[in-house]
Amino acid sequence: MAEPGVRRRGRLKVFLGYAAGVGKTYQMLTEAQALRRQGVDVVVGYFEPHGRADTIAQTAGLEAVPTRSVDYRGATFAEMDADAILARRPGVAVVDEFPHTNVPGSPRAKRWEDVHVLLDAGIDVLTTMNVQHLESLNDQIWQSTGVRVRETIPDWVVRQADEIVMVDLAPRALLNRLERGVVYPPERAQAALQHFFKEPTLVALRELAMRQTAHVLQGRHEAEDVAAPGGPRPAGAGERIVLLIEPTPASAALIRRGRRVADYLGADCFAVYVSRTPGMDDLAAPERVTLERQLNFARGLQIETRVLEGDDTAETLAGFARLNRATQIFVLRHSVRGLARLWRRGLAQRIVSHAPDMQVTVVADRSTSDVHGKTPDLLRDLRDRRDRRDLRELRARRRRRQA
Amino acid sequence: MADESPRTGRRDPEALLRHIQAAERAARRGQLKIFLGYASGVGKSFRMMDEGRRRRLRGEDVVLAAWQGAMAPDVETAARDLERVPMRRVDAAAVLDVAGVLARRPQVCLVDGLAHDNPAGSRHARRHEDVQELLDAGIAVITSLNLEFIEEEQAFVERVTGRRRAATVPQRFVDAAEEVVIVDAPPTATGGADASADAGPGAHGLSQLRERALLLVADVVERQLEAYLEMHGIRMTWGTQERILVCMTPRANAAAMLASGRRNADRFHGELLAVYVSQPNLTAEDRSALARNVLLARAQEARVNILEGRDPIRAILDFAAREAVTQLYVGHNLRRTWRTHLTGSLLDRLIDEAEGMDVRVFPH
Repeated sequence: MAEPGVRRRGRLKVFLGYAAGVGKTYQMLTEAQALRRQGVDVVVGYFEPHGRADTIAQTAGLEAVPTRSVDYRGATFAEMDADAILARRPGVAVVDEFPHTNVPGSPRAKRWEDVHVLLDAGIDVLTTMNVQHLESLNDQIWQSTGVRVRETIPDWVVRQADEIVMVDLAPRALLNRLERGVVYPPERAQAALQHFFKEPTLVALRELAMRQTAHVLQGRHEAEDVAAPGGPRPAGAGERIVLLIEPTPASAALIRRGRRVADYLGADCFAVYVSRTPGMDDLAAPERVTLERQLNFARGLQIETRVLEGDDTAETLAGFARLNRATQIFVLRHSVRGLARLWRRGLAQRIVSHAPDMQVTVVADRSTSDVHGKTPDLLRDLRDRRDRRDLRELRARRRRRQA
Repeated sequence: MADESPRTGRRDPEALLRHIQAAERAARRGQLKIFLGYASGVGKSFRMMDEGRRRRLRGEDVVLAAWQGAMAPDVETAARDLERVPMRRVDAAAVLDVAGVLARRPQVCLVDGLAHDNPAGSRHARRHEDVQELLDAGIAVITSLNLEFIEEEQAFVERVTGRRRAATVPQRFVDAAEEVVIVDAPPTATGGADASADAGPGAHGLSQLRERALLLVADVVERQLEAYLEMHGIRMTWGTQERILVCMTPRANAAAMLASGRRNADRFHGELLAVYVSQPNLTAEDRSALARNVLLARAQEARVNILEGRDPIRAILDFAAREAVTQLYVGHNLRRTWRTHLTGSLLDRLIDEAEGMDVRVFPH
């Protein structure tokens, strides 16, 4: 129960889609209009019109809180003005594009941080985003679509939402809308059709959005089941994952993957770096910067980080894992060649032998596997040919049988 | 070869042929689009009517051939300007007039409530059979369906809601649709699911139905994506769905690997596969261990495959790439022999060459 006089935290509702133009903003505004008709005090905190007539029409009658102009490198940007919304104190604020990064010089780096300020002040927020902006999916999206999404949002921010709704549209309908110029002006539409808006890409993202929404709901059911008297323990309870971080950019992929698996298992997650000398003196300055960045990145995803000291990475890591009752260890697979590769081989082996009571996972380096630019290797090519031949034979056999 | 699971048949020539035949049929028959929701009141009918309205505005020839007696105000508004082919009265029931629609020959026909049963003496016993006839005649159909009315979902629906549905639509009818769109809304939303309607499931049950509906459509979408990729000869490693492959060797702790694999596959709503590479010169003891492992794998509902090949690592990795596996589970013997020192162990090779997959090592 909330204390009298203390305003409750605002409720967050996320409209989740899989691409621009599926109708997230439209559906959010439709809901805002319905709330307004019920007498709720709704304002538009930020709205990206994209020149879409239908969507713009849905803002009719809704009060908009003016945006803040920020000058940056000779251009002027309009950013949401969280302070102005706080001063206005509405019941509900509509905030488009949840994962947006604010222009440097703004009070907060990310729009989701602005949204948290509103929620803390007891203002309900309706917001929109696409599934590909989830941090933990970044490598997977890159792997399956060839698109590297730059603006990301930590998964926990989205998981904290009180409600999540999947906004669905058939990919072909979306492509039709794009071709009709509903989503972007013609010149941008052409570029979009050639790059991001390819049918298989859209289909894959759509599937991800559905699975993601289902995953969030599943987490809720389990939380409710566990809260119920005599309820079962969640399936992943007791799992603990330790990630071995290294001073390389590729560690980011390990962190994302670890976060995602931990989320699905309901497991705790640690990120660990093993330094051979006190104070990380063994690292050159640029490596140290990279390592700090990785550790910060992990913390941003709500992963606890530790820097350990030890001569033997495998032994130190296994010792830490055992002390913390970890069940799984994740290490990075490197696409390095030569001596470094031999050392790495040894590392995975040695971790396995030091931690025989745990499962050791060598995580694929999804961040660099350029599926799209890769020349098809000979084996793969042969297999394709074999498949086509099988198919021809099968059809011929069927025809003979029918004749 | 019979399908063992809905997802069997990836890169299987029989399945490919089915896809192609389906595509050939689709070229002649009308396109089917289904708005699928997890409960009544989430907005399926509205989405369907609204699409009909917009298509009509764009110049398509649209008729409405089945609707519900009492429409919600927003549904009523969207349906207002649509031409209707009157429903036939049989006893007290309203039945879609198939002959009437065929005579009228529209481009697009809207059919609300796909799962209705027709009264005895009708052209077809069930409404989805009426729809099939329209599709076969080359008329596109847009329709709405509640998850609770899918035949294969009845066991789940009964567990959650405590009741089965009499009028149902088979899953294969949904699978054959060109487009399935999920109509999603939280149970508490404005104008959202009407939990009070007929003492249906509570918020918890509705949320479970909702999760199920999302996953069901995600599976349909995935199968369509696979078909699309097959048809267009595109090969990609899709990380969209998690697929776990357990590699069974005679001495590996297969029971632990399979149990973990099953649990992880369930958590990810993914698929569990298991393989072993058939090798000559196995001892009788090893052979019976493998046979035991296969039984264990079947008990965990893994899709089991036996691979051939002189190079077991290559055979496993080729299979894994074909099946778009995302996680590979392997056993590892902790005792290192002089041979592994000399050549690098099989595990090292597997890790080196398993590009794009996680390799999870289970010591034994």
